[in-house]
Amino acid sequence: MTTAANASSLDRPHKRFADYLETALPKIVLGPTLLIALIFIYGFIIWTGWLSFTESRLLPRYELTGFVQYISLFENERWWVALRNLGIFGGLFIVVCLVVGLLLAILLDQRIRAEGFLRAIYLYPMALSFIVTGTAWRWILNPGLGLQNLVRQMGFENFTFDWIVTPGMSIYTVVIAGAWQSTGFVMALFLAGLRGVDDAIIKAAQVDGASPTRIYTSIIIPSLRPVFFSALIILSHIAIKSFDLVMALTGGGPGFSSDLPATFMYTFAFNRNQIGLGAASAIIMLMTVVAIIVPLMYSETRRTHR
Amino acid sequence: MADTYQTQTAGSQWLGRAVLYALLVVFAVYYLMPLFVMVTTSVKTLDDIRAGNLIALPQEISFAAWFKAWGTACIGVECNGLKGNFLNSVSFVVPAVLISTLVGAFNGYVLTMWRFRGSDVLFTMLLLGCFIPFQVILLPMAQTLGYLGIANSIPGLIFVHVVYGLAFTTLFFRNFYVTVPSDLTKAARIDGAGFFTIFWRIILPLSPAIIVVSVIWQFTQIWNDFLFGVVFSSGDRQPITVALNNLVNTSTGVKEYNVDMSAAIIAGLPTLFVYIVAGKYFLRGLTAGAVKG
Repeated sequence: MTTAANASSLDRPHKRFADYLETALPKIVLGPTLLIALIFIYGFIIWTGWLSFTESRLLPRYELTGFVQYISLFENERWWVALRNLGIFGGLFIVVCLVVGLLLAILLDQRIRAEGFLRAIYLYPMALSFIVTGTAWRWILNPGLGLQNLVRQMGFENFTFDWIVTPGMSIYTVVIAGAWQSTGFVMALFLAGLRGVDDAIIKAAQVDGASPTRIYTSIIIPSLRPVFFSALIILSHIAIKSFDLVMALTGGGPGFSSDLPATFMYTFAFNRNQIGLGAASAIIMLMTVVAIIVPLMYSETRRTHR
Repeated sequence: MADTYQTQTAGSQWLGRAVLYALLVVFAVYYLMPLFVMVTTSVKTLDDIRAGNLIALPQEISFAAWFKAWGTACIGVECNGLKGNFLNSVSFVVPAVLISTLVGAFNGYVLTMWRFRGSDVLFTMLLLGCFIPFQVILLPMAQTLGYLGIANSIPGLIFVHVVYGLAFTTLFFRNFYVTVPSDLTKAARIDGAGFFTIFWRIILPLSPAIIVVSVIWQFTQIWNDFLFGVVFSSGDRQPITVALNNLVNTSTGVKEYNVDMSAAIIAGLPTLFVYIVAGKYFLRGLTAGAVKG
């Protein structure tokens, strides 16, 4: 006992430094990341916000000039096309992914043989780059030698499927390719959710004579509510920042008919030397993400905490 | 009576299963169709492509388009194929994945085992970084890379990918280490083990699975990235995704669909390979990054 006490008192000055180091070390380790987040996320958002209130063109300038860029942004026809396209693409993409994803998950949940194999097939597009997906679908959807040509060769000589080169329709081809890539992911989320549903409740319902359809619509699907929320958040996030897929599939064309806000921002900020306008469009994109995702997350966390 | 009822339900049950499997197979064909078209187109000759159709099998199998896409296809005015860009991608993806995973592991360790006042707030702050549309940081980052003297360079791309990957890797490790019982580290601390000793001796040996998840997620994300590549690099410094897009959009002479498809497969092969070898971990990363994010 005494020796231990002596030892610790002898150690003290040395130990104090070690103690200090021990308490500081975690902060030192975490420090760089926090500094990075502070500068490269929050600082840069402020920086871009500042640029959006200037008349920067080829080079950034920092004299504030008010809402000029936002006014010209919303007077720009191309920006309205991009917003309208985001509405069409976002809406359809989310609905198709949710419906098909849920359907696939329910089908796979019926004690299927080779389930793992099928699941792997539905999910593999998720491993590909949107650029690869876009390149593949661009070839499939081209009217000359692609799908249209195939159906015509099969005897339907008047068959026409040239959306990809038709202004006003090309945005729907982005939905086709985007949904092809992302439904497997939504399926995986739903499948995990289905596996988590309490078997006892389902058995009880079966004993009470509920039909399988009834069990799905009144018990299982309502219990998947949190999965719906996560899927909704992720899908709207993918939709708003969609850039690569449009670039590879249509290049925003024909003309600018399939532009999305992300391609608009890129074109104006980096190809047309309109830094101020590009910054303004980026800020609107950020605000859209915040306006959609924050209420979704808030309502979901409030519900689970209750 | 009872008998007919029995056979009827057996019959309808059989029919139900048949419809079920038919639907599943139809979907599987739909998802595989683009891959099938890519592969068959890539080994066809141009005459074969024009004479046949999308789903026709090749008359003869030729890998000429593959060699061309790899070594001699024209991207803009340069005709060196994709090989340089493939190597570019490897040279920034590997360091970026390793650095962001290592730092993420330490961050997750601090945020669970060495929490301090305010550390949860800091974590939430970091998490929001997962959600910003990257368009909002492109212009300042382009300037900053210029100031730092790493614009249009491999170190520049490593830097950008590490910076914007940290939120995800930290999230992975933090959510994993939360499940490690704190008694384990408490006991070690009483025995006098320090910050790094506990990390190397206790935490790291528990971590192989989550390291694999993080590495796969980061690899897929960074390899497939297009936005940072197209904004922060040009010419022969470009990653493979940007080069693929430029190759497809290079219009000199005849459109060579077989070369386009070979190039697309080359660009997609590494991540596809990872998916096939470690699909289980890939899925875990997806759902962990998604559900908890």
